[in-house]
Amino acid sequence: MLIKEVSDLRNISQKTLNEMFQISKIKFQVGSATCGLATGAGQTLSFLRELSANQPDKYIVDEVGCIGLCFKEPIVDLRMPGCSRIYYGDLNIYKAEKLVKSLEEGDIRKEWVLYRLDKEKFINEDEINLASDISDIYREITTMEDLNLFKGQMRIVMRNCGRINPEQIDQYIAFGGYKGLFKVLKEMSPDEVIEEIKASGLRGRGGAGFPTGLKWSFTRKAEGSKKYIICNADEGDPGAYMDRSVLEGDPHSVIEGMLIGAYAIGADEGYIYVRAEYPLAIKRLKIAIKQAREYGLLGQKVLGTDFSFDLKISMGAGAFVCGEETALIASIEGLPGEPRPRPPFPAQSGLFGKPTNINNVETWANIPVIIAKGSKFFSSIGTEKSKGTKVFSLVGKVKNTMLIEVPMGTTISEIVYNLGDGMSDKFEFKAIQTGGPSGGCIPKDLIDLRVDYEELTSAGAIMGSGGLIVMDEKTCMVDVARFFLEFLESESCGKCVPCRSGIKRMLQIIHRITQGQGEEKDIELLEEMAKGIKDASLCGLGQTAPNPILTTLKFFRTEYESHIKHKRCPAAVCKALIEYRVIPGKCTGCQRCVSVCPTHAITGPRSQAHNLDKSKCIKCGACYEVCKYDAIAGDAIILE
Amino acid sequence: MDNEVYIIEEILSRFPADPEAVIPILQDLQASLRYIPEEAVILIAERLNIPAAKVYSIATFYNAFSLKPKGKHLIHVCLGTACHVKGANDLLEKFKRELEIEEGETSSDGEFTLEAVRCIGCCSLAPVIRVDEETFGTLKQERIPSILEKYRAKSEGQEC
Repeated sequence: MLIKEVSDLRNISQKTLNEMFQISKIKFQVGSATCGLATGAGQTLSFLRELSANQPDKYIVDEVGCIGLCFKEPIVDLRMPGCSRIYYGDLNIYKAEKLVKSLEEGDIRKEWVLYRLDKEKFINEDEINLASDISDIYREITTMEDLNLFKGQMRIVMRNCGRINPEQIDQYIAFGGYKGLFKVLKEMSPDEVIEEIKASGLRGRGGAGFPTGLKWSFTRKAEGSKKYIICNADEGDPGAYMDRSVLEGDPHSVIEGMLIGAYAIGADEGYIYVRAEYPLAIKRLKIAIKQAREYGLLGQKVLGTDFSFDLKISMGAGAFVCGEETALIASIEGLPGEPRPRPPFPAQSGLFGKPTNINNVETWANIPVIIAKGSKFFSSIGTEKSKGTKVFSLVGKVKNTMLIEVPMGTTISEIVYNLGDGMSDKFEFKAIQTGGPSGGCIPKDLIDLRVDYEELTSAGAIMGSGGLIVMDEKTCMVDVARFFLEFLESESCGKCVPCRSGIKRMLQIIHRITQGQGEEKDIELLEEMAKGIKDASLCGLGQTAPNPILTTLKFFRTEYESHIKHKRCPAAVCKALIEYRVIPGKCTGCQRCVSVCPTHAITGPRSQAHNLDKSKCIKCGACYEVCKYDAIAGDAIILE
Repeated sequence: MDNEVYIIEEILSRFPADPEAVIPILQDLQASLRYIPEEAVILIAERLNIPAAKVYSIATFYNAFSLKPKGKHLIHVCLGTACHVKGANDLLEKFKRELEIEEGETSSDGEFTLEAVRCIGCCSLAPVIRVDEETFGTLKQERIPSILEKYRAKSEGQEC
């Protein structure tokens, strides 16, 4: 069937909403994005599917994307006819089997429920009441609104993630999808679309924060009849997985955004460049593209108008530098992913030498909402210069590791303590790393910093694509700097000397420092080299490569000095500078460490405090990891 | 070897003779043969009408391609930032000891290739590893021997 009129969309929407919400059976929805699958959602899903196959009159099962509470995966939601939706966390197959048994006895296993949802709210402000009357048992369950980890969140990009089946275009349409596309094709000129995006204040979510509307206008104005648009889904920053989640949970939001962008820019062909590490995202995108084609939303004469646009997927092959736009273009063309100097910018000469506009996944996913709800709605959110929301992956040593979407301007403190619920271990907060290898570490003193493009830059970090890695007292900042340099050294494409050789030399120096062989002049040398690499490198990778060193030097200089002058790692992380030992008073003699020690360094009979022979110890940390009694200490030592 | 040439020809036949196709062709080859044989570099160059040196430069630039055969199972130890701060290096060292190989190498029985990767985007479950298509989260060294055992058993099952 081809969709041509708004009424076609409305019919699909009405029919699908009825199917989704007017249920007469018990309905399960299983979150089956990569995080869920890694914790056993696949098995839970198979079990529930079998259940519904055996008892089709009683149960229905559907799959949804990631709701964002990754630390509680597998997450399954349940709705009985006329009741609120309730969400279960950690629902592995064993618990799922127990849950089904309990349900048959009329028990919803309230103790496993994370929260309940009484109303399904849509981006256009419509609501569906899920429950006509809330029973007493349901009343005892916290509502989503009352849960700390949702307070202060606002979902624009992740509007449908975890709520719809990403492999069903009808569900995307039911939740208001493709209305924005209709609006631009039937009511707006390309210039009006660009003005609307400019007015919204949307800036590129890939990291640099360039105004999106302005970027579009460059490619629109460029000469030539053939133009391309590209979605950069080469989410390479370590510690960031927002884009994966959007592609796995709501691929049509990106496709619709690209369609609107193509119309505004005058492009008839687009590419989505996805990294190969995201097989599920690729699979779901392929399905989404096929379904959009079948409805006539992609291809010749979209919605019966004169606008034609089609999309291809280009799969990355494992090169971080391909996130840089000129390297990415080279990779699509079938060349090694090496950046080239700009100008000319892709807007003038990009893919196959034609004008090309590149935006990141999250940027594209914002577009349909801006068009459907208007630029005023979007620009009312956020700070003066950073509008809208930002999706972050909140990970590292924080209790709630998850995806959050918050208005720009939310403080780091709110993110770490309210949403993240503080530290995961017994150690105190030390720093938060933003912006991947190009970013920086923000210390505890700046915890009230608001996340927007300017504030983060002023602290020496960058917004980046949205990875927030929380670090505690047990994280060594020199080791973190070494980690990023090692990353960048192996990912440098090798084309320009400052990046290729400079990073390598810096890494050698920092490696020496972590080995306890640092020299007094090393810090000055690192600072001098950082400046040279920043100024002289060809692309963003090299120009920002010294950032992790510079921010750790700025905020954690004493840690460097301790490594260099005292040959001591205060966080007790750098292996050359630590020693493991058994704490006799705490050791119960359970022998767990004895069984895991690969070099038989730990000995001792059962029920007696064990001994650790330091001469045999290879500092693998296996004992520390398994000890339930905190009886293994990894102490910082001072090298002789 | 003849079989390899047959597979290479079959994969080449799926793509247009367009230089743009070189990376997708190499990806399919890597998936089928677990490496890029020398013959393939030459055949691709002939088919796409580009110099063999160009194909070679691409096959060596991207991490996804290998000129040496990889093991039956690919172990990817994630060394992203979140995994790093949660002790991913200790996991990598454990794999090295268990398999008696270095990073990037293949075990002597041809079962496993050990690779460190830069973030597989599963940071909430750090530290994370991936074996073939399966992801293991919040992993401890202790579990590693049983994971290896599981995959060894899988290979044996296939051979029967």
